[in-house]
Amino acid sequence: MSLKNILENWSNYRRDREAGGHHEYEHMWGMAIDLNKCIGCNACAVACYAENNLAIVGKEKMTKKQGMHWMRIERYWGEPDLDKLSQSSSQYQEHGANFLPMMCQQCNAATCEPVCPVAATFHTPDGLNAQVYNRCIGSRYCSNNCPYRLRYFNFYSYYESSWPAPLHLQLNPDLSVRDKGVMEKCTFCIQRIRVAKDKARMEDRVEKEAAVIKVGDSTFRAAAGRGKLEDMEFQTACQQTCPTGAIVFGDMLNPESQVRKLWDGHQVSLGKTKQTKQNPEKRGYRVFEALNTDPCVMYMERVREV
Amino acid sequence: MQTKDINEQIKWAQINKDVLRSMENPRMAYWVAVGTCLAMLMCAVVAEIYQYQVGMGPANLNWPQMWGLYIATFIFWIGMSHSGTLLSAILHIVHADWRKPIYRFAEAMTTFSLMTAGLFPMIHLGRLWNMYWVLPYVSDRGIWPNFRSPLVWDAFAIFTYLTSSAMFLFIGMIPDLAICRDNAKGWRKKLYTALSLGWSGTDRQWRHFRKTYLLMACFLIPLAVSVHSIVSSDFAMSIMPGWHVTSFPPYFVAGALYSGCAAIITLFILLRYFFRFEEYMTIPILEKTCKLTFVIAMAWSYLNLIEFAATWYGHDTAAKEVLWDKFTGPYSPYFWAMLFFGSVLPFTLAFEKLRRHLPTMFVVSLLLNVGMWLERWMIVSPTLSLSYHPIAWNVLWPSMVQWAIVFGSFGWFGLLFLVFVKVFPSVSMYEVKEMVYHRRRAHVEDQAKYFHRRLSDRQPATDTPSP
Repeated sequence: MSLKNILENWSNYRRDREAGGHHEYEHMWGMAIDLNKCIGCNACAVACYAENNLAIVGKEKMTKKQGMHWMRIERYWGEPDLDKLSQSSSQYQEHGANFLPMMCQQCNAATCEPVCPVAATFHTPDGLNAQVYNRCIGSRYCSNNCPYRLRYFNFYSYYESSWPAPLHLQLNPDLSVRDKGVMEKCTFCIQRIRVAKDKARMEDRVEKEAAVIKVGDSTFRAAAGRGKLEDMEFQTACQQTCPTGAIVFGDMLNPESQVRKLWDGHQVSLGKTKQTKQNPEKRGYRVFEALNTDPCVMYMERVREV
Repeated sequence: MQTKDINEQIKWAQINKDVLRSMENPRMAYWVAVGTCLAMLMCAVVAEIYQYQVGMGPANLNWPQMWGLYIATFIFWIGMSHSGTLLSAILHIVHADWRKPIYRFAEAMTTFSLMTAGLFPMIHLGRLWNMYWVLPYVSDRGIWPNFRSPLVWDAFAIFTYLTSSAMFLFIGMIPDLAICRDNAKGWRKKLYTALSLGWSGTDRQWRHFRKTYLLMACFLIPLAVSVHSIVSSDFAMSIMPGWHVTSFPPYFVAGALYSGCAAIITLFILLRYFFRFEEYMTIPILEKTCKLTFVIAMAWSYLNLIEFAATWYGHDTAAKEVLWDKFTGPYSPYFWAMLFFGSVLPFTLAFEKLRRHLPTMFVVSLLLNVGMWLERWMIVSPTLSLSYHPIAWNVLWPSMVQWAIVFGSFGWFGLLFLVFVKVFPSVSMYEVKEMVYHRRRAHVEDQAKYFHRRLSDRQPATDTPSP
């Protein structure tokens, strides 16, 4: 460890901080979810468990809200019809649930990032909100500051209880199994992104020129040498599994991508706290965008027949 | 009725004798207290070992509610540490000499409650063994902590405050340690010889000592204020409804001074009773402390009202809901208890009859601190139970593991304090002598009514007895 090395590290650190994080993006991964198409089947959640080595915590801990479901299907009912409810023995109405699949919204102004004491969660040049498991010390501040409550903590060591032999053989080798005391959350299947990016580089599909790309109200400087990925070249596990194709995932910096077209079509843009739509019929919205978290997931409202 | 802060007739040798007596021959009650504190501490140790082995699950936390009693109790202990500085530094600068007989144990309380508080951010970590990553140590990999995080500021603030207040406690004790050294035998002699740094009481030493002490006092005041402001930014810097409050820094500082003053009253009464310090920890001094506590209590209540009003008339619906939930929701019994103990109960301090009644004051001061502990819990938990996203609304009560660690922290504090009072002088001998000397000099007829409320008191001797 030389003094020169340390000073260099420090000046690198300072430069990154003063520049306000990454100024050169490679991608800006985003999602669009059509709630009209969502049937609440939970297949996406199951796929996420399989893909991302999520611990199965059991019924008791699940009801205690200690579950590890990175992708969760939230159910909301409208005003309950009390007459009908009193006749049936069920606690919930049979019909009329609204489903909201929620996964980490990969906010561009994430509230979890500035509060982490050890910088275990930070913004990547892919526009993702990365979580470094090895760096996490489990102060859980990020989760307390997440308005969506989409971060999950390993309250126990689940390795033995969740994957008793031979189930451990079905673990995804592309990512780690997290131990107790670590925060985790949806990564937009970063292991698949990684594979696709590496493949593009190996096949020499790279953008030679840096570019300035405008997405809605935000302007992104795209770095030279970024991979040139086809739209839908790879899919996230939830998108791949959704039987109705409600989930669309892709690169927002690619003007030809399906997700970008959906965002533009619904007149929803990044970098806003309130969308200004020319056509109020458009169904797109982002959750809690008034909090200025700038999430990268757009939902398309469900329309019901009255 | 006793109206003087201290008896001017008291001989200086008597002061030495009384204080040194308090440090020797612990009685049975002392060992019982030590045993109790150790037993309490063991509860926490067992709970912490279990939590360390198994994970944070047994503490009964979940994804909507990631913090619980640990953070609440952390703020409580940090808060308690503030009044030591208030008594020793602020009152020193404004020349309020009645602080002199009682500031030493208050300062010890500051140091020990900081040592207790510092444990909680560590205990609440999921991976306790990596806690040093919060510190900006030089690493060849160039990995630094996140300087934007209030938790990192916390680490700096606590560390700075702990070292400074321990230094202040030690520096203020040097002349007393020399007195101890001159009267001690055996291991105590060795200890005090080393600690008194060759103090012989020359003019030059006193001059330097005064300067150092004043300098430390001036340094410590802004530090104390900033520490709790920084702790408050753990909440104020977040986005959560009920935490994102601009008035939190002064609110936290007021609450800190409040709980600390209440703790001083408790320890005042205990020391006075067990060490027979009636000559030094007098009722008029207790009364002054009570008045100070009352003023701070009112300031705290006012800041509470500001917070309510700002939320109520603001446009933040979520914050309004959290506030309403505090008044009516599942946490409401504790919230109302906090308001009662924090804002109504201190009115007992406004009555002279009650202020002078030691058993009443003992119970009241304990209850004030119960209220202040509840305040911290009511900051942490209701917000977490009712955050922005409806799916995360839930109420979770702390488990025995959390309660055991909170309970044990009081044992740890008690243990440190008990060791302190038997090893170090808990009343500042040299400053009491100063006080007696000044009071004696100042007791002239026309000033008497300024210092004492009743002229019928016995007049002090005019000649100065040799020390």
